[in-house]
Amino acid sequence: MNSTTVKDPRKTGVDEAIELDLCLLEAINLALANAMEKDERVVLLGEDIGRNGGVFRATEGLQSRFGVTRVMDTPLAETTIAGAAVGMAVAGLKPIAEIQFMGFIYATLEHVICHAARMRNRTRGRLTCPLVIRAPFGGGIHAPEHHSESVEALFAHIPGLRVVIPSSPARAYGLLLAAIESPDPVIFLEPKRLYRAEKFSLVDDGKALPLDRCFTLREGSDLTLISWGACIKECVSVVDKIKDEVSIELIDLATVKPIDFATIEASIKKTGRCVIVHEAAKTCGIGAEIAAHIAEYLMPHCKAPVKRLTGFDTVMPYFRNEQYYMISEVDIADAIKVTMKGSF
Amino acid sequence: MMPHDFKSYLSQQQALSNEQRLIKPLQYLSNSGELLQDNARAKDKELLIQGYRWMNLTRAFDQKAVALQRTGIIGTYPSSLGQEAIAVACGMALEKEDAFVPYYRDHGTLLVRGHLMEHLLLYWGGDERGSAYTAKEGSAIDMPICVPIATQASHAVGIASALKIQQKPHAVLCTLGDGASSKGDFLEALNLAGSWHLPVVFVINNNQWAISVPRHVQSGAPTLAQKGLAAAIPSIQVDGNDFIATYDVISEALSRARQRKGPMLIEAISYRLSDHTTADDASRYREQEEVDTAWKNEPIKRLQHYIYNQGYWNKDLETNLQNECQLQLEKSVHAYQKIAAEQPEAMFDYLYETWPSNFDDQVTACSEKFLRNRDGGVL
Repeated sequence: MNSTTVKDPRKTGVDEAIELDLCLLEAINLALANAMEKDERVVLLGEDIGRNGGVFRATEGLQSRFGVTRVMDTPLAETTIAGAAVGMAVAGLKPIAEIQFMGFIYATLEHVICHAARMRNRTRGRLTCPLVIRAPFGGGIHAPEHHSESVEALFAHIPGLRVVIPSSPARAYGLLLAAIESPDPVIFLEPKRLYRAEKFSLVDDGKALPLDRCFTLREGSDLTLISWGACIKECVSVVDKIKDEVSIELIDLATVKPIDFATIEASIKKTGRCVIVHEAAKTCGIGAEIAAHIAEYLMPHCKAPVKRLTGFDTVMPYFRNEQYYMISEVDIADAIKVTMKGSF
Repeated sequence: MMPHDFKSYLSQQQALSNEQRLIKPLQYLSNSGELLQDNARAKDKELLIQGYRWMNLTRAFDQKAVALQRTGIIGTYPSSLGQEAIAVACGMALEKEDAFVPYYRDHGTLLVRGHLMEHLLLYWGGDERGSAYTAKEGSAIDMPICVPIATQASHAVGIASALKIQQKPHAVLCTLGDGASSKGDFLEALNLAGSWHLPVVFVINNNQWAISVPRHVQSGAPTLAQKGLAAAIPSIQVDGNDFIATYDVISEALSRARQRKGPMLIEAISYRLSDHTTADDASRYREQEEVDTAWKNEPIKRLQHYIYNQGYWNKDLETNLQNECQLQLEKSVHAYQKIAAEQPEAMFDYLYETWPSNFDDQVTACSEKFLRNRDGGVL
């Protein structure tokens, strides 16, 4: 871990753009530090985020750098973390709350749904709720029960929220900065399987990425492959391995709410074929929303049925059988083959 | 001497806790309005007259709002009949820059805080603009009416943390009902307030009924106030129908909080003389006899008796006050009825600062739907 770079206050901030080699977790830490440096309204709260730096170390070094007033260890109470964040945001701070695992996020729902997402609407713009809730999500790390879920669709259904999922260090950095700058609440889900998976080069320029735009990672003409989060890793690998046989356009959805349908539409009009890959359960997943959009607006352009390759409608199995739930490169290649052969 | 066995240890502990944790309500005015103990507030003529006027205005507003619901001019409305002393004491104890974090039965506090009656009616008349307070209504961070029970307690500790971080010398006042004291949000908020020594005051309006569930079903604790003790929060009970005592404790608690002396919990004992809301029929679950008894302890008559006896008030002042209340109500109802509904597309306008581009189709669909269905539409 390039921790000396991350911790050094002189090496973060908008003034200098330094190229760093960072993993996704370090990119998150860097974005948090950058935002806290720039804007004193930014505060962090959560369980074990202070001296311990978070159970994954996403907030490592931030309490010693910015003090206990701005990096707050809370009691072990997720409802209060979310509710207090609502109060802080209304009162002029920009709180970033960490929920230790997405499996523990359910206790926050009343505050997120009934208050954070509605405060602007309820008060006709008098009060706003510019908060970020960060949570690691997804499986594949041999964790205990409740530590592997992907329930992004729960939040995507709620008017007033934004749901953002990065899949590379650079996008984690830029999208987190954008989430913090957002005047509206953002659920920021971090694919924990990618936290330390690979290092990529990243420029610490303090620049936010757009919060309503997909990222086209590979351009292609035969098939549109749409995914987000940790599954992007396998998607990239498959696309590169079979690039001589099939020309695939790979889209990282990145902002699950709102969805950038313009980019998706342009791609489908070009390729006529679509595979959607997500780790979350199939029924009412984000894949269903994308497939429905294609069915509603793009049928004349489709050469084959849309294929959804998703988690099953089951509880994520405990880790001895986790691999049979997770989506592999073989599964993705298979879905691509089926869709390439498909027709109406 | 250490006890020999667990049984005797337990009974000793219980005796000790009962003795320590029994919180007795503070009361200055007897139920009939006689001064029980001397207090500077009881001699503050201006304070008492102001409180008495606001309590009367609150009750008049309440009666009017219920009548407006009955005639379909506003929607479901939760009356605060009988709990005017608590609401008005809260409003008068707050300073402009403090943050008020209400539940949904705080009409009196909102009126004292400068909220226009027509805006309160607008909220209960089903219009979001009722919570778009103007600069004259409360402070810039006063929260809107909170319907999900006890969730406001979590927001209150968040606002209190913000005030502390921003080093602002203000306090937060959070109100809730007896039912809300059973919810985790409230208990978690107490816990955080105690742990972080936050400038927040919680006032439980214990009106004995959470819709149809009576106080004794709500909790086995002899007082709701003692729920604060485990969080190391000074916690007291007050007779919430005694305006003088209620104002005294809330003011003191707020000034403590402003001086960074930490949080307080106040359980104000009152009684819900009305149905839960206009959609409720309390005769299904409680005896009229109980309500009749409660009427004898109601707060307005009690203060009226005292201020008449002190010579602070007389019949002419009373007649003028009632006339003023009616006049203000008439004006406000008229103003409320003149406010036209928002355009239907407004439902999109405040979800995000700038709406996502995929809203465009839905906004257009909304406008078309409005035109198609206007005046009943054509099948």
